[in-house]
Amino acid sequence: MTQETEAPLAHEFIAKTVADHPVVLFMKGTPEQPGCGFSAVVVQILDHMGVDFTGVNVLQSDALRQGVKSYSDWPTIPQLYVKGEFVGGCDIVREMFQNGELKTLLAEQGVLAA
Amino acid sequence: MPIAQGDLEKLLRDAFPDGEIRIEDLAGDGDHYRAKIVSSAFAGLGRVRQHQLVYAALKGRMGGELHALALETAAPS
Repeated sequence: MTQETEAPLAHEFIAKTVADHPVVLFMKGTPEQPGCGFSAVVVQILDHMGVDFTGVNVLQSDALRQGVKSYSDWPTIPQLYVKGEFVGGCDIVREMFQNGELKTLLAEQGVLAA
Repeated sequence: MPIAQGDLEKLLRDAFPDGEIRIEDLAGDGDHYRAKIVSSAFAGLGRVRQHQLVYAALKGRMGGELHALALETAAPS
């Protein structure tokens, strides 16, 4: 299959995943074993905050790895989604964690354990 | 595939002519940079949109030949 025919399938999978799960992290590797330092940082932040999230390993499929970049118009991994909305990559998540915005966002969306 | 700091800086200067741009080569390998950009182009935009503008200025290099670019963007205060 060419990338043109694979992209809609990957986009469909991504749309369904972020609709079905309140907090989704597209990452390299798994939450237990991140395959990249940037993905590891976001996992650490979410774990630290006690957020229940779904990790999706983009290394399992090249179509998914490319599809997640075109879906969000964002060229790098990891990518964090909350309630279907793209929040950001490693830099943005770290900045939002440090200034408290991430906690506010997660609390507002009702995905942060009290 | 690294990118020279000068080439990176030129791409950013072309895209943000009014910008105050500071680039650091974090690992000295031309592949891990940190860039701080203050430009009026970012005014009124959320962080995701601000970073998307920077990635657009890099014309597809981000995530390809450029592995890591830590970004800090802001509008002039």
